[in-house]
Amino acid sequence: MAKTEQIKKTRQPRSKLYSRLWRYVDSNRPLVVTAVCLQTIRQIADLVCPLLSGLAIDAIGLGKGEADLPKVFTLVAVIVLLRLVKYALLHVGAILNQRISSRVSYSLRRDVFQKLLTLPVSYFDNRQTGDILSVLSYDVDTVKNSLVNNIQVLFSLVLDIAISAIMMALILPELMLVFCVTVPLSIAFAVFISRYVRPFFRARSKTLGKLNGFTEEMISGQKTIRAYGRQEEIVAKYAVQNHEAAEASQKARARGALMGPGMNLINNISLTLISIFGGILYLMKRALLGDVSAFVQYSRRFLEPIRRVGDILGDLQSAFSASERIFDVLDEPTETADAPDAKILTDVAGEVSMEHITFGYTEDKTVISDLSLCAKPGSLVAIVGHTGAGKTTIINLLMRFYDAQKGLIAVDGKGILTLTRDSLRRGYTMVLQDTWLFEGTVFENVAYGKEGVTLQQVEEVCKVAGIHDYVRHLPQGYDTIIRGGGTGISKGQKQMLTIARAMLMDSPMLILDEATSNVDTRTEQKIQSAMRKLMEGRTCFVIAHRLSTIRHADLILVMENGSVQEQGTHEELMAKNGVYAALYHSQFENG
Amino acid sequence: MKHTLKYLKPYMGFFFVILLAKLTAAVLELMIPSALGDILDIAAPSGSVSLIVRYGLKMAIFALCTATLNMSSNITSSHFIHKAVERLRQDLFQKVSTLSSAQLDDVTEASAVTRLTSDTYNITQMLIGCMTMGIRTPILMVGGIIVALQEDVMLTLVLFLAVPMVTLVAIHGNRIAVPKFRARQAASDHMVRTVQENVTGIRVIKALSKTEHEKKRFDAVNADLAEKTMDASLVSSKKSNTNILILNLMQALMILVGALRVNAGLMTAGKIVAFMSYFTMITNAALNIANILMMVSNGTASAQRMAEIFEKPQDLQVQDIPQDENPCALEFRNVRFSYLGQADNLENLSFRLEKGQTLGIIGATGSGKTTLVNLLLRFYDVDEGAIFIHGQDIRSIEDGALREKFGVAMQSDFLVADTTQNNIDFYRHLPKENLLEAAKIAQAEEFIREKEGGMDYPLAIKGANLSGGQKQRLLIARAVASKPEILILDDSSSALDYRTDASLRRALSENLHDTTKIIVAQRVSSIANADLILVLEDGKVIGQGKHQDLLHSCEEYAHIARIQMEAVGEEVAHCG
Repeated sequence: MAKTEQIKKTRQPRSKLYSRLWRYVDSNRPLVVTAVCLQTIRQIADLVCPLLSGLAIDAIGLGKGEADLPKVFTLVAVIVLLRLVKYALLHVGAILNQRISSRVSYSLRRDVFQKLLTLPVSYFDNRQTGDILSVLSYDVDTVKNSLVNNIQVLFSLVLDIAISAIMMALILPELMLVFCVTVPLSIAFAVFISRYVRPFFRARSKTLGKLNGFTEEMISGQKTIRAYGRQEEIVAKYAVQNHEAAEASQKARARGALMGPGMNLINNISLTLISIFGGILYLMKRALLGDVSAFVQYSRRFLEPIRRVGDILGDLQSAFSASERIFDVLDEPTETADAPDAKILTDVAGEVSMEHITFGYTEDKTVISDLSLCAKPGSLVAIVGHTGAGKTTIINLLMRFYDAQKGLIAVDGKGILTLTRDSLRRGYTMVLQDTWLFEGTVFENVAYGKEGVTLQQVEEVCKVAGIHDYVRHLPQGYDTIIRGGGTGISKGQKQMLTIARAMLMDSPMLILDEATSNVDTRTEQKIQSAMRKLMEGRTCFVIAHRLSTIRHADLILVMENGSVQEQGTHEELMAKNGVYAALYHSQFENG
Repeated sequence: MKHTLKYLKPYMGFFFVILLAKLTAAVLELMIPSALGDILDIAAPSGSVSLIVRYGLKMAIFALCTATLNMSSNITSSHFIHKAVERLRQDLFQKVSTLSSAQLDDVTEASAVTRLTSDTYNITQMLIGCMTMGIRTPILMVGGIIVALQEDVMLTLVLFLAVPMVTLVAIHGNRIAVPKFRARQAASDHMVRTVQENVTGIRVIKALSKTEHEKKRFDAVNADLAEKTMDASLVSSKKSNTNILILNLMQALMILVGALRVNAGLMTAGKIVAFMSYFTMITNAALNIANILMMVSNGTASAQRMAEIFEKPQDLQVQDIPQDENPCALEFRNVRFSYLGQADNLENLSFRLEKGQTLGIIGATGSGKTTLVNLLLRFYDVDEGAIFIHGQDIRSIEDGALREKFGVAMQSDFLVADTTQNNIDFYRHLPKENLLEAAKIAQAEEFIREKEGGMDYPLAIKGANLSGGQKQRLLIARAVASKPEILILDDSSSALDYRTDASLRRALSENLHDTTKIIVAQRVSSIANADLILVLEDGKVIGQGKHQDLLHSCEEYAHIARIQMEAVGEEVAHCG
């Protein structure tokens, strides 16, 4: 499949990104509201406690024997009570906080994964698995760590800022003028730095995705690499990507780290200005020294949260660039939706027709041109030809993994574009050369295609498929878990399990793409009757090299260089003495 | 953890400088309020505007110095941390690439991937957290305690009562948290594996309309991951909240003790006020330390997972085994092997091959053909017996030297997103003529020429833009490109049609006379001309010899041959 050049997507505007992210947080609104309320209560309690301890200290009196001990004890008891309440609030707050953040990361992962399943097969043909994994693990974790954990802190900081601002305005409104200069300066600085670091964080996410893609690919090919003793070269290649990723990450972090000290500097300058102007106000007899001193105290409580807001904004940049990658996946075009009036394919007789089909994986390179055929219910269509002639493409089209550019494919006379994909695909059973098993028990793997299958049924098909004896000798029989490492299970055995899986299905149409290519002849012969039974009464599309197996086909398509050169029955094609006949005779050259 | 910290060692000098810079910055920052106090206490009462401005300037300069020091130390520490992490990740990758197949099976591929990605990320987070907050906070804490000590010894003792409790909670919390974070990472492995399976099986899943089922399956994994993440984080936050409570209660206790002492005339009330403010400072610092500890728990869990890999012993070591007498190109002698230590996957296997000879292996699915290849390549070590190449036990041959002898095309199709040429070369830097010749031998020349760019034609990820047969031919080209001493083709022509397969065999025998060839096949025709044929069944040799002999001596072989010949014969008759 030709790799389609990714069309450079225009980045969505920031505001849209924020609102999309916010929706994930907001979907837990009751939790968020409760958490913020608890936080507010806690902050008020935090304000009250110093007041109470102040009162307690007042009650101690100034000298020996002056203490009002009962009052001190009462106040301390109240403080202890308040602290315990605060502890409870903190604890509940933490639970809420974690719940929100785990729900957000859960929903992001769920949405990305569900989206993946709706994407066309071509998406996966063109992407590193590791890069996809990077979105689901690294990017989602980053959003969780820096977005969710910061949002509540932001709320409490805003509250702090507001309270301090009110207090200051009450004491010396004139001095607030200083903030009219420095606060906008802080905001401008924070905005500037966030903008400045954004591309660096974006580069960080991207290079990490690339590195993870490479890592996954190389670990999956570890056996081949070892067989050729190429570990050193691969390690060297990894070093290049590793360095790139570390460099990008370092650049982003170093720039992000400017935010805190920079904001701190502006704050300290504010303090300086306040002191200077406060002093001058005092000289002008416009303010009392005590007022200036109190104002300074509050301005510290006002500026500190502003600095932390800046810090958080810097930290959020990594969340935003990670979420861009998440939304990029979510915005991928899905398999074109079923037509609004799409029908569910039921009671299939199994007549499949193609009319003037033209198709290419890319617009400029046609793989199939003007192909027409008609397969009667229960007939056998064989597709033969040299490797690379585009045989698998026909299957991609039948199953609607790809859609043809021109022409019409119909099942029982219904155009497949007017049917729901699900029902169309369920009409077929497919056994592919590349077997696919997942980490689960043998039973689960065989029963995968059909709901509510019993162990007895599974055993039966496994017997017919000639794999029962093997399974029986596994440590836990049908409950043995098939693991990725592949200890013990051969490719041929895997293929037989997928054949057994197919045997459980009762779809009216069957696709066999080199279905027995990894099974040895002896075993193949043993399961031949089973295969025949599998094909019986179904419309079959078979790709095979062993021409003997398809000689009785009702229709043979001979593909060459991506187009159908000849079609007809064996006899017709032999009589033609063309490509098929040549292919056929070539088998005896090695007898 | 120790292992991870080792990576910071080379930068210790720099970290010391950073520490000094941070310390200076902290002290300067503490001096800003004192300058501020001077404005209000000295300059303002003096009535001199210029004095106020002078003190103001002093403050501004301190502020500027603090900012500069902090910024530069942040940038520097980030630089060194990333260097350290880069090296750590590099070493981990290197170690993973030297793991034996058995070891990797044990770790699982998915987990190896998360250890290289998610775990290194956790460690970066931990180190950054420690550098940015981990220096300043303890300084503030220690500073606070020192000043507090000067105010009143008795009250400081109350404070010291808190220290062991807080420490105990922190250590205990860490002990619980680390396994929880480990469980979290294990859940992450599971998530990765599920996604991997879905990506590779997307066609089957779609074909069987199992997307709903897969959604549910992922949902369970995803929910488990979310749950475990929450679990781990909660242990951490519980720990830090408990510490805040302890400190807060200590503060209340302090008021009580203070009240009694003031009442007894042992101290002044003013001291309590001062003490309280230091205490707030210490509490804040303790809070920050709790945050850092959470990252440390997370990082420790990840560091342990990495250490597990680093600590794996070098498997399949080169052993000192004397040269065997009576050498030949390749010999298996009484080899026995089992993957899981249970039923034998190969038993009592023996054969000898001379240089340039061809060994054909045929047998039913699961009979041990690929296992034989795995042993010859030393992916696994034999349980009993030995394998010799020119009389040298393969366990005594250094890894690199052993690999150089082989050219292998396996069933698994590992092609990378690179040019056709580089896929054949596979990073061996072979001369281009060799590659072209290899393509010719592997019958790949024609289709490569037809591709746009020929040898420079870029392969898609996993070779997705090639057909099964084209992939196989590229893999064969790769195997023959180095003119190896031993060529192994493990069922690697199954997707080729008969004609191509026949041409391939002809080209192999014409061009690689000196190469000892091992061909695992399902077609008798593919191995009929071999010098020695092994017929395997359930890990045992049930027939051994040449084609003609086996037709008589081995019933199974004769049977396979008959089925295949019949098929062809039938066709001949039909054609006739």
